[in-house]
Amino acid sequence: MIKLVNVSKVYDNGVKALKNVNLEIKKGEFVFLVGSSGAGKSTLLKLLLKEEEPTEGSIYLNGMDITRVRNRRIPNIRRNIGVVFQDFRLLHNKTVYENVAFAMEILGTHPREIRRRVPMVLSMVDLSRKASYFPDQLSGGENQRVSIARAIVNNPPVLIADEPTGNLDPDTAWEIMKLLNDINSRGTTILMATHAKDIVDHMQKRVITIEDGILVRDIEKGGYDREITTV
Amino acid sequence: MTVRLRLFKNVIKQGFQGMWRNRGMGIASISSISAVLMILGVVLILILSINALVVDTQSKFDEIEIFLYDDITDDEMVAIEDLVRGKEGVLSILFKSKDQALDIYKEQWGDEAYLLEGLEEDNPLPNSYVIQLKDISYADDIVAELKKMTGIEKVNYHKEIIDKLMLFANYIRVGGMVIIAALIGVSIFIISNTIKLTVTARRREISIMKYVGATNGYIKGPFVIEGLLFGLIGALISIGIVYFGYGYFFDSVNGKVYDIFTIALVQPNTILTDISIIFTAIGAGIGAIGSLVSMKRFLNV
Ligand SMILES: Nc1ncnc2c1ncn2[C@@H]1O[C@H](COP(=O)(O)OP(=O)(O)OP(=O)(O)O)[C@@H](O)[C@H]1O
Ligand SMILES: [Mg+2]
Repeated sequence: MIKLVNVSKVYDNGVKALKNVNLEIKKGEFVFLVGSSGAGKSTLLKLLLKEEEPTEGSIYLNGMDITRVRNRRIPNIRRNIGVVFQDFRLLHNKTVYENVAFAMEILGTHPREIRRRVPMVLSMVDLSRKASYFPDQLSGGENQRVSIARAIVNNPPVLIADEPTGNLDPDTAWEIMKLLNDINSRGTTILMATHAKDIVDHMQKRVITIEDGILVRDIEKGGYDREITTV
Repeated sequence: MTVRLRLFKNVIKQGFQGMWRNRGMGIASISSISAVLMILGVVLILILSINALVVDTQSKFDEIEIFLYDDITDDEMVAIEDLVRGKEGVLSILFKSKDQALDIYKEQWGDEAYLLEGLEEDNPLPNSYVIQLKDISYADDIVAELKKMTGIEKVNYHKEIIDKLMLFANYIRVGGMVIIAALIGVSIFIISNTIKLTVTARRREISIMKYVGATNGYIKGPFVIEGLLFGLIGALISIGIVYFGYGYFFDSVNGKVYDIFTIALVQPNTILTDISIIFTAIGAGIGAIGSLVSMKRFLNV
């Protein structure tokens, strides 16, 4: 599903954010990406979204080398990847319903299909009753659920989340994690960067650790770091 | 195909929404486009009028008059006639006798013609040939040959006037085009800055759209439509102002000023179609290009 081969990223200012990273994620996997601040987690996710270009190496998505994809085709890649950010990135002048529908409109989806699918996804994230609310009228957790609904409404095979629980209190964070777990159990591959130790420890999923741009650990069913889980 | 149609519909809809939402700033764009087009209108009318004047003058001055010495021989006259008849662009050659020339003078002088009385006995006017040309451009060639003939006192034609007029017309044309080009540049700049403000305000929205997978075309589209609509409204306003303003000017001037002007001034009705097409095209073009220019650096997310 996702494969990185000898990927390095040097930013224009000379910062080496990723150094020779090799990584393979299979279809249906749930993978945590951990590491201290500045380790390069967000950089890796940005490469997958083609927000940044790798300095070296190849990135495969569904067998296609996306580093060779022309700028004009970037939207095609993004349509196959749902994204969730720490800061939600919702449109403030649109309601919950409209924010989710928007992701379908830009694909030219038939209005009938939009009217069918959006309520379905909203009920999945338990926001049916708040469909006509604006993002400013919702709590952080609710906003994050809207952004998740938007990310999955087009049924992307991959969901990328960059610290989706970063702005939420522990209880709300767990709600979001349950939701992501649900989505994953329906077949969506999930790659999530996080600092939430307890979540990573508890979920017992694959954990990839990056330090200073180097992939230092890759554990099949792990915790935030080996020391703690093995004790 | 239907997907594209729906996308197109979305873009159009958002364009209209954007225009309505930014109507305040839109007024700046619309005014600048209108102003440019109105100046364009004045220049166009000027150019058209000068063109008409040139054409009119050309048809009025498409004659060559050859004044003959009184002692010209028949042979010399035949030689002149033969030469002229054999030339390209000659419609006719007419002999005008001293007496006919005097009669024409008398007619022109009207009431004052009594002053010319007594000239009949010793008519100082020369015999002449009047050559009618298809148009004045044939004159140079014929005149050059006539100069070599004998029996001719003077060749009269109005090449200089026409040349000066054409030169003047060219200045107006070139000057007008330069002014218009500069103004179009200025208004593209103004509209691109206006739209840039809205684009900047919606930067976040645009970057979110990009993350969700919207194509550049889908993001640009509404802004281009918005600019296009501003341009069209500006065009409509200026068409109205130029048409009615010029119509008013035409009516108040017509018949009062010298003949030459009234002949030259184009009819308001004849320019309506032309300015409608030209203004609409330029207005829409300025609007669309202006918004494209303003979008350029925002799409590299
Ligand atoms: N656009 C950029 N230009 C230059 N340097 C950058 C850019 N983005 C990130 N970096 C640098 O690259 C390194 C990795 O940053 P990255 O955002 O990937 O870290 P991270 O692991 O996501 O950190 P955090 O957990 O704090 O979000 C950092 O040193 C950062 O300063
Ligand atoms: Mg980060």
